[in-house]
Amino acid sequence: MMTGVAVFTVLLVLLPLVAIFGYLVYRGVGSINWAFLTQTPKPVGEPGGGMANAIVGSAFILGIASILGVPIGVGAGIYLAEFGRHRFGDAIRFTADVLNGVPSIVIGIVAYSIVVLYQRHFSALAGGVALAIMMIPTITRTTEEMLLLVPQALREASYGLGIPRWRTTLSITLRTATSGVITGIMLAFARVAGETAPLLFTAFGNQYWNLHAEQPTAALPLQIYVYANSPYDDWHRQAWAGSFVLIILIVSAVSAVRFAVRRGTFGAA
Amino acid sequence: MANRAFRRPDMLRPQAVAQTKVTAAPVARTTPLLDASGGEFLDRIFWFAMLACGLAVLGILVLIVYELVLRSGLSWHAFGFKFFVGRDWDPVNEQFAALPFVYGTLVSSLLALTIAVPLAVGVAVFTTEMCPRALRGPLSFFVELLAAIPSVIYGLWAIFVLVPILTRYVDPFLSKTLGWTGLFAGPSFGYSMFAAGIILAIMIIPIISSIAREVLMVVPQHQREAALALGATRWEMIRIGVLRNARAGIMGAIILGLGRALGETMAVTMVIGNRPEIAKSLLAPGYTMASVLANEFSEATGNVYLSALIEIGLALFLVTIVVNALARFLVWTVTRGQPARARA
Repeated sequence: MMTGVAVFTVLLVLLPLVAIFGYLVYRGVGSINWAFLTQTPKPVGEPGGGMANAIVGSAFILGIASILGVPIGVGAGIYLAEFGRHRFGDAIRFTADVLNGVPSIVIGIVAYSIVVLYQRHFSALAGGVALAIMMIPTITRTTEEMLLLVPQALREASYGLGIPRWRTTLSITLRTATSGVITGIMLAFARVAGETAPLLFTAFGNQYWNLHAEQPTAALPLQIYVYANSPYDDWHRQAWAGSFVLIILIVSAVSAVRFAVRRGTFGAA
Repeated sequence: MANRAFRRPDMLRPQAVAQTKVTAAPVARTTPLLDASGGEFLDRIFWFAMLACGLAVLGILVLIVYELVLRSGLSWHAFGFKFFVGRDWDPVNEQFAALPFVYGTLVSSLLALTIAVPLAVGVAVFTTEMCPRALRGPLSFFVELLAAIPSVIYGLWAIFVLVPILTRYVDPFLSKTLGWTGLFAGPSFGYSMFAAGIILAIMIIPIISSIAREVLMVVPQHQREAALALGATRWEMIRIGVLRNARAGIMGAIILGLGRALGETMAVTMVIGNRPEIAKSLLAPGYTMASVLANEFSEATGNVYLSALIEIGLALFLVTIVVNALARFLVWTVTRGQPARARA
């Protein structure tokens, strides 16, 4: 009897989840077209147009976020794994875990007050800063875990050859764990790629092309949000198409990572 | 040819002992086998650079706290503690009080937990205790995938699928059968606290169940065997041998889900109806702390307005910090005994 109940709960959980995925693919495939991928938005209420500028804008903002976030995240991970076996290291670990749980909208406020208020207008840079802040704790923790998987003997062998510590860490330890570290980076990337809340008042959105870091920039999740709340059928269609593109990007990133991990290219693991 | 290929290499012929010169010492190797120039100095620089990255993580948290406290000061001075007990949110007259938002955040999150916890724990128990081995991989992959769906897409789905279903079928049914409790009374707009609770539940089920699964897997196998040996049925074994041992960890998973639900912004904003009022009925629209930020922050005119919004952000931040720290602690008490990460 209880087995039946358990199976029933699983089905009950899977139902909305399958429904979301199925409906997303169904509406997405039906809505996507060449214009959507190549054109900028038409004026309000006019059908047609696309989200090309938002797709590029998203890539642009994510690029800024990665440039800012990845080195700091990996560096902090290296610090924790190689030098951080003490109270102070634990404090950083705990801080990273806490930062992971901070609501994204709060991080948006912080990016607003440290970038937008000084620049005096919304910008791609502010959006990138917000997303970078969200990436750092995830990357830090995964990098640390991956580096700790590298056997101590490898480090000792390297020291034994007279190679200094910095060189050992960069060309032996980090190299051995490369694929694991990249996995962490990709997961952090996938996590922030769909974030909308921190971009609302940092990147702000834009109807036109923009590749200047100090100007407001369109982003795919923002555009989906605006279009979903609009009263126009054609915009609803485009919101679904945008969601489909976004989910394909994220799912392919996540499954590529999973595939790579399963194939055993997992460094020293 | 063959012979030549195997010719012995030229070797030093044995020499008369008298001829060997005994040098004082072989020329000392001055360079190491591999290039290791600049060892100690560069080591220091490297250490400093990595330390700086580590400090940056701490710095971010300090920066968040500093900015939020600094910029919410204006509102704190104007309204004081009344900010969290008043009901008046009136940007035109610059009167701000956050109780409706606090109420909305708490009610929607608790509603989500009520729906999600039994289901998520059920799924976790199923995948660890009963699931055929072949299904385990795909099931956990699917759950992982769901955690990766952006919340704006959940919101989009909720607007076009969930809300119509609620208005047409579920809400009328609930108000007919449970209307007398007052919780499901009044007209149904679809966009309501109830819709927000459901979409939040769908979003946090993967999180709770994946952490609960980790915790259940740590429960030692002999606990299960002992329960079975005492004649327990499979269900009794799960209850006595597994769930009871994993209590604290499951609690941690639930609180982690709560933390996520409290801060969730987009999906909730899209379906909760965004009306700053406290209504008893769950079918009435509400407003949460995160959604008022999402809706009004970029349009806030005037310093007091902006400051009031940032104060809401600060309150949200503090609540999620406390909730997350508690959850981490609970999960940690369960999984610490296990060599989850091989310490090098």
